[in-house]
Amino acid sequence: MGTESSPKIVIVDESPIRAAILEEGLREAGFTSVAHISEMQSLLARIYALDPDVIVIDLENPSRDVLEQMFQVSRAVRRPIAMFVDQSDAASIQASVDAGVSAYIVDGLKKERLKPILDLCISRFNAFAKLQDELERAKSALEDRKVIDRAKGILMKLKGLTEDEAYVLLRSTAMREKKKIGEIAQSILTASELLK
Amino acid sequence: MTTPVHIGFIPLVDAAALIVAVDKGFTAAEGLDVTLVREVSWSNVRDKLNIGLFDAAHLLAPVAIASSLGIGHVKVPIVAPFNLGLNGNAITVSPALHGAIMAEIDGDPFDPMATALALSRVVATRRKSGADPLTFGMTFPFSTHNYQLRFWMAAGGVDPDEDVRLVVLPPPYMVESIASGQIDGFCVGAPWNSIAVDRGVGHILHFVADILVRAAEKVLAIRQSWSDKNPEVVAALIRATFLAAEFIERPHNRAETARLLAQPARIGVDAEVIRRTLDGRLKILPDGTMRESSRYLLVGREGAARPDPAQAAWLYAQMVRWGQASISLEALKTAKAVFRADLYDAALEHTAKPATPDASDAVGAFAGPAFDADDIAGHLAAFRIGHPKS
Repeated sequence: MGTESSPKIVIVDESPIRAAILEEGLREAGFTSVAHISEMQSLLARIYALDPDVIVIDLENPSRDVLEQMFQVSRAVRRPIAMFVDQSDAASIQASVDAGVSAYIVDGLKKERLKPILDLCISRFNAFAKLQDELERAKSALEDRKVIDRAKGILMKLKGLTEDEAYVLLRSTAMREKKKIGEIAQSILTASELLK
Repeated sequence: MTTPVHIGFIPLVDAAALIVAVDKGFTAAEGLDVTLVREVSWSNVRDKLNIGLFDAAHLLAPVAIASSLGIGHVKVPIVAPFNLGLNGNAITVSPALHGAIMAEIDGDPFDPMATALALSRVVATRRKSGADPLTFGMTFPFSTHNYQLRFWMAAGGVDPDEDVRLVVLPPPYMVESIASGQIDGFCVGAPWNSIAVDRGVGHILHFVADILVRAAEKVLAIRQSWSDKNPEVVAALIRATFLAAEFIERPHNRAETARLLAQPARIGVDAEVIRRTLDGRLKILPDGTMRESSRYLLVGREGAARPDPAQAAWLYAQMVRWGQASISLEALKTAKAVFRADLYDAALEHTAKPATPDASDAVGAFAGPAFDADDIAGHLAAFRIGHPKS
């Protein structure tokens, strides 16, 4: 197949950001031939048009079952594929399922050549999940801050407190009730809505 | 003390017994703390069951057998001590293909032999005119849908590997794909056939009960090693799903069942659509034509929940017929042993169970001789079309 230098890799992923992160990682590692499919309609035909040696897919993608069809030889399947894992590779399948990614090799490519590609995908998928997690946390921290600011304003107005005093009141109430300060702030907002 | 159990499922109506077992508290009453995890693909369910992220799963019966045989993927022995449903699928075709079949049909449109013969004439006409072969969607290579479509069309002389294209599509994409003309028909479980009819893009041609009187569909699948280590948990799961199946089958519980299944975290479609499947009363044409069948989906009644090794043998025979598995007595024995009626019987020893009707033929296919679970080679010899491994 003339792919000794760099196997052709196709990333099937509906998330453009994650696909970009993966693609970048693969290119950095010297895999120069990387393509991305984000559209799941006629997936098999799209894959055949690109004729890859390796297919990488995220596990949240229902189209993963479409790839399973390529294990079989039939009219619809021209080059059969295999999932990377085999009987002796329990650790590999565990790691990839945990990370949420799966890789398939198309007929002809040696299995050992896929291992570094899969390992890289696993680490990039994990990195992406971490990034998303941090983003979520940053978002909710920002939300909390907005809620706290509004609650402080209400306390300052109703009780004639300074900003610092309002914050101390929120914090001590949260500690006493074993709740997050954001939750106390939210209940003040809710109460003031009700009492309007 | 409660035992945590993780169970994967695909949002389909035949996961009903599992969902109701958990959401009506039957599993909790057995001391189980079950977490149901909704999945997006059968490959995921299989892999997560294989590596132990799931203790049990709602699984296509043929996947449990393929996994135990080590075909198509890693070999992991699976046991199926409870059958979650018999039948439940339907074949839906586009309005255009429906019209073409009805123009060619000679006989009753609900007779699968008549429609299969009509399909073969449609296929021949298309070939002569140089049109693309018809494309049918099914859900997985090792699926009842794949085998049911193949069995039906091959009976009419259509070779599923030569004369048409069969493609795997995730169930939620079936309706989109038939609407956009990428496929001409599909075989899938509920609620997707009804959704295609409601959207006016599909006509239900057959209930699978037209093709096979009794067809094992989804099973409660458990890794054999886990089952061996946790026999009490397995027995508790069987009892809980059994009670759920009994609950579902009582007509006055149908509305509540449909409501439970319709929850966004469960199946997440309109309760009314789910209700049609449970009642076996389906709108088959966009103009509102209804069709009723008492055999549309069996969850527990007529002994449906008791695993029948003859069903496993029939599924294995289809794998042989279509070249997925080699034929051997050993493999046949392994396939049959996946369906563990003994575990079902032991768990429900002191419970009154619905009787399985006496039938000389466990499957009741519309074509070919009565199924002989002990002689796969002899049985398959009766079918002209097939692509066994050479």
